[in-house]
Amino acid sequence: MKRSSSLRGYVITRTLLAIPMLLILLTVVFLLMRVAPGDPISAALGGKLPAAELARRKHDAGYDRPLAVQYVEYLKDVATLNFGTTILDNRPVTQVIAQNGAATLELTFFAMIVAMVAGVGIGLLAGAYRDTAIDLGGRLFGIVLYAAPVFFLGFLAQLTFGKWLDWLPTSGQTSPVVGATLQTHTNILVIDAIIDRNWSALQDVLRHLIMPSVVLGLVIGGIFIRLVRVNLLQTMKGDYVEAARARGVKEPRVVYKHAFKNALVPVITIMGLTFALLLGGAVLTEETFNWPGIGAELVRYLDNRDYIAVQGIVVVTGIIVVIVSLAIDILNAWVDPRIRY
Amino acid sequence: MASQLETPPVPSSPQELDDLAPMQRRRLGALRRMWAPMHDAKGMPKAIVWVGIGITVAFILMAIFATQIAPYAFDQYKTAEGVRFIKQQAPSAQHLFGTNVMSTDVLSRVIFGSRTAIEVVLLSLFVSMGIGLPLGLISGYHGGKLDRTLLVFMDAMLAFPSLLFAIVIAFLLSKTFGHGVVTAALAISIVYVPQYFRVVRNHVISIREESYVEAARAMGARPWTIMRRYVLQNVIQNVPIIATLNAADAILTLAALGFLGYGIQPTEAAEWGYDIQRAISDAGAGIWWTGLFPGLAIVLLVTGLTLVGEGLNDVLNPVIRKRPIEPVELPPREGAEAEPEPGDEDQT
Repeated sequence: MKRSSSLRGYVITRTLLAIPMLLILLTVVFLLMRVAPGDPISAALGGKLPAAELARRKHDAGYDRPLAVQYVEYLKDVATLNFGTTILDNRPVTQVIAQNGAATLELTFFAMIVAMVAGVGIGLLAGAYRDTAIDLGGRLFGIVLYAAPVFFLGFLAQLTFGKWLDWLPTSGQTSPVVGATLQTHTNILVIDAIIDRNWSALQDVLRHLIMPSVVLGLVIGGIFIRLVRVNLLQTMKGDYVEAARARGVKEPRVVYKHAFKNALVPVITIMGLTFALLLGGAVLTEETFNWPGIGAELVRYLDNRDYIAVQGIVVVTGIIVVIVSLAIDILNAWVDPRIRY
Repeated sequence: MASQLETPPVPSSPQELDDLAPMQRRRLGALRRMWAPMHDAKGMPKAIVWVGIGITVAFILMAIFATQIAPYAFDQYKTAEGVRFIKQQAPSAQHLFGTNVMSTDVLSRVIFGSRTAIEVVLLSLFVSMGIGLPLGLISGYHGGKLDRTLLVFMDAMLAFPSLLFAIVIAFLLSKTFGHGVVTAALAISIVYVPQYFRVVRNHVISIREESYVEAARAMGARPWTIMRRYVLQNVIQNVPIIATLNAADAILTLAALGFLGYGIQPTEAAEWGYDIQRAISDAGAGIWWTGLFPGLAIVLLVTGLTLVGEGLNDVLNPVIRKRPIEPVELPPREGAEAEPEPGDEDQT
């Protein structure tokens, strides 16, 4: 009884704390975009339109009103999930998020699987066999993976598996033909192909997916290796591990039964933080492999000085990160009662 | 790190230490305390730190003497006689690492790139620590409303995907500071301020409740003195670890900014990330040298810095530090015939 009420208390406090955080996030994005010289319309279209037309568009969009009025208007828009329409190609930002976000989701989902398998596996081995060749190898592998920029690994992969071995396509999400013929249901191409039972398209989509997701997954996995190892080492020093040893429990059982599970608790927290990192990593991976995700789209809009699009995309990703970290914190509090202070 | 390496050998026995003048002893004592874990460290952690230091120092030397080492200037695309270099030429005697799509010498750009990287990292560490450390100290020590406000603000900053944040900042700053080292360094610093703040603040909060701080307070020490002598002294121990790990991360962020075209422009300085971006389209043609060498430079330098940071963490972090077990020497028991075995104490 007491347990559930304290968890509820934690959830409520944590959720309430997320609100000022979101507000600050929104304000900072708004101010950043207004600090930039000129208003969004002149920045994007200046020089391309006559002055009178520019002024008319500015007035229509409300950029000639006082900043405070614009700010309130902006908060209202965000509250009603209206993130505006891009200036460059007149797409609602929500549509950009849905379409390109789906491509990013597909990429990051598979990357996360690669990262989990490689990172947690190698990290556990390295931690369990501390100061042996396995540990050294695993750690070096982890450090080198972390040290390699995702675009450099991508370059090497393109060179090796794309050019020299000619096994995999190096860019894009599909071949042109498949891209043109595949029906859209969810914007996530793997699922779309399965819904249509279009197996040749599925094969094409998966082939395009392998290189980007493995490259991104390995880079994220490098961080997991280090974390899992250090956490395992710290839990191995815990009293309960000592107690298990003292009772004569065999070493492998100590590692897997007593230390391993506890070592994974902090890893869940970090996975939440990695989510933000994953979005950053996705920008680079998308640029490297010509993947039409949200990160590549953001860079394209920034290149074209489309502040509305940039503001919309940054705000939405910020909101998603805040919500995910909220969810992870609550999950952690549920798993580990010590967090609910 | 370097200053510690140059210090005279620390007296190893208490007898030697007693011979020194009290002042000297005090100073050496502090150095000895800092250096002792490094000295005690054995095997892998020690090897890791030294390999890391070796790599890092090599890159620093390369950065300092770039003008002397590099065969050409970083933006030179023709010989002194005015003959243009051949574009994307494979490695040869004239160009050991070949030339890239801009007809510049890849080796020279890799060497000058180390200068850019180290300049940016130093500047950004300086700025982000200069803001994050004092804010974290004050916020953690004072607590209350100030702490809560700063915390929510910094957490909101941390919620941004850091790379996206850095891109937007670099984009905005480039109007004022141009596309050089300063813009890149400031954009990177802003990303790291919340991290320093968080680490320092959390550490301060745990130290604040320690009994020695309480004792100092009870003896009437002023808040400023407590902060400086007792809190800062303890927090500062963690700074080398955070700083080296953040430096490694800053190099990756710089390269990422360059890769996306929001970092240092090729006319301003040589930058590895930008060079790899130009090399991506070479991969399809099988041209490997334009991307491989700048990439390897990033991997090596980041690995070096990470090894230093990780190794220091292994050596300094008491939670995971492994110390050699020293035999316990008990005074001889009265009436006992044999000396007790070292470690006997554990069994009784």
